[in-house]
Amino acid sequence: MSNIKKENNDFCFSKENLSLAEYEINKYPKGREGSAIISILWIAQKQNKGWLTPEIINYIAKFLDLPQIRVMEIATFYTMFNLIPVGAHHFQMCGTTPCMLSGSDELKNLLYEEIGEQNSVSKDNLSWVEVECLGACCNAPIVQINDDYYEDLNATDLKNIIDDLRAGKEIRSGSYKDRLTSAPIDKNIKMLTQDEIEKISKARKKPGLGA
Amino acid sequence: MLKIEDKIFTNIYGNNSPNLESALRRGNWDNTKTLILKGRDWIIDEMKASGLRGRGGAGFPTGLKWSFMPKEVKDRPHYLVVNADESEPGTCKDREILRNEPHQFIEGCLLASFAMNAHACYVYVRGEYVNERYSLQNAINEAYNAGLVGKNACQSGWDFDIYVHHGAGAYICGEETALLESLEGKKGMPRLKPPFPANCGLYGCPTTVNNVESIAVAPEILRRGGGWFASLGKPNNTGTKLFCISGHVNTPCNVEEEMGITLRELLEKHAGGVRGGWDNLLAVIPGGSSVPCLPSDLCQNLSMDFDTLKELQSGLGTAAVIVMDKSTDIVRAIARLSYFYKHESCGQCTPCREGTGWMWRVMDRMAKGNASVDEIDTLLQVTKQVEGHTICALGDAAAWPIQGLIRHFRHEIEDRQVQRVFDVN
Repeated sequence: MSNIKKENNDFCFSKENLSLAEYEINKYPKGREGSAIISILWIAQKQNKGWLTPEIINYIAKFLDLPQIRVMEIATFYTMFNLIPVGAHHFQMCGTTPCMLSGSDELKNLLYEEIGEQNSVSKDNLSWVEVECLGACCNAPIVQINDDYYEDLNATDLKNIIDDLRAGKEIRSGSYKDRLTSAPIDKNIKMLTQDEIEKISKARKKPGLGA
Repeated sequence: MLKIEDKIFTNIYGNNSPNLESALRRGNWDNTKTLILKGRDWIIDEMKASGLRGRGGAGFPTGLKWSFMPKEVKDRPHYLVVNADESEPGTCKDREILRNEPHQFIEGCLLASFAMNAHACYVYVRGEYVNERYSLQNAINEAYNAGLVGKNACQSGWDFDIYVHHGAGAYICGEETALLESLEGKKGMPRLKPPFPANCGLYGCPTTVNNVESIAVAPEILRRGGGWFASLGKPNNTGTKLFCISGHVNTPCNVEEEMGITLRELLEKHAGGVRGGWDNLLAVIPGGSSVPCLPSDLCQNLSMDFDTLKELQSGLGTAAVIVMDKSTDIVRAIARLSYFYKHESCGQCTPCREGTGWMWRVMDRMAKGNASVDEIDTLLQVTKQVEGHTICALGDAAAWPIQGLIRHFRHEIEDRQVQRVFDVN
């Protein structure tokens, strides 16, 4: 517990989050409520501005009727639980090989310059950390800011994003290369319309549906 | 090149809406009831006839896997668990299915669950995919409202519930037994096998764990016939597959193609070719970070299928093709993967916990030219000591990229260390 910062506040789920937590618990069979622990910690972390305190861990242990150590081991095992404060905009920069090949080193240097050391909160309430593969490699390099993915970035795009955040502007998630999800950037590629797909689908032979 | 008529995923780029109305027009949920009424044995036989091999990396035949579940439900309920913890570096196909083709996937969950006598299905989505999780939940809500899942799903008489569960950032939870542990609310540490999940899985009940793509292709296979799927691709490597092409290509993308397509055709037709032309290719990692890389001379007529790649001591894995051109520092690229495995080792087995860190530290020195040439053999020997000596395959996955590097690019590592000797002198 020593690596956890102490903060003196009593944590309690908001009314809205309490019903979210109950919804999560109800997904599992009776007696298996512990299965909801990850999602409940996640909800608590969101409520507490992105990080978990020892008080929250105690609270969740009581909430789920589990020993405190069981909650603690989950909070320390999974990397998305933050045990130290993060900024209002927490950047998770992917540095694994596919992103590295596509230029994540540039983004990393920029984040060091703009925000500072990893896992520390800047004066303007930003923080960042290098994470492992975010699973959007066709759109590399990627940075996740809070819940959203920012894809196909270069250092200029990321600098603009940081500037916009500092200026309190809205930022746009998704690809920064004018492309549709993970489709190739190719003007000649033909995207089928709904009608065309419908026609093709109807024309298909479907022996499985026959008598 | 795969004809549009044979494509399974017609909205993989999301140019049309993922909602139910659009999905119905694309042919999802087309007479699902008829398929269910044909019975369990018919479904499993069709899946076996299709020759579908699991799309999560190991390539185990899906129909066979389904048939391992007990025939009758006794005192313990059956479960289907879908592995959407997509974290293998290079892989990003399931993300597109979850957000753009969710109905195709949910229909697959219903059919697979019915075939295995499971009334409940849990989908384990990786924690970082927050928006993808919401898209999937939206689609599930639509399906519940339309009576496609829930009590008497599709008026078939089968009760079926589907739940979304999420992780919180742990690559190891993509291993099926670690995923089950995590789903039970514990640390994601793989279990010893046997017992296999088909006997003792989630909550100690018979469970099958399948990849998202394997489940999502099932409805189309059943409707269009196992024979149709088997007619695509190559013998023992049938059907279509989503390839994720990343790295040094002109237009990186996800694309559905026939199994056994040549690497060159795949890259040139869909990904705009290797940056700087085909001759600028240095190496590819053909199936996600866990498989050994292949140098360009082995890529000339390379067929992208399980068996061919296995013969070349690599693997198709998740079909995540990571392309590296001649500007790549390949030693550093593989060293970064070693860091990945060091970071993601769950710490349960000593060879992996200690080995991944040790291998990374040596790889890091090698990438910087701070090692001696005879350390290469020591490193290779350590990879052999990690490989096969751990509960799960993460140890193997950490060892293979390094073995591939030493097998094909030993000269690169040697040159760098020799260079350092000259520099120092």
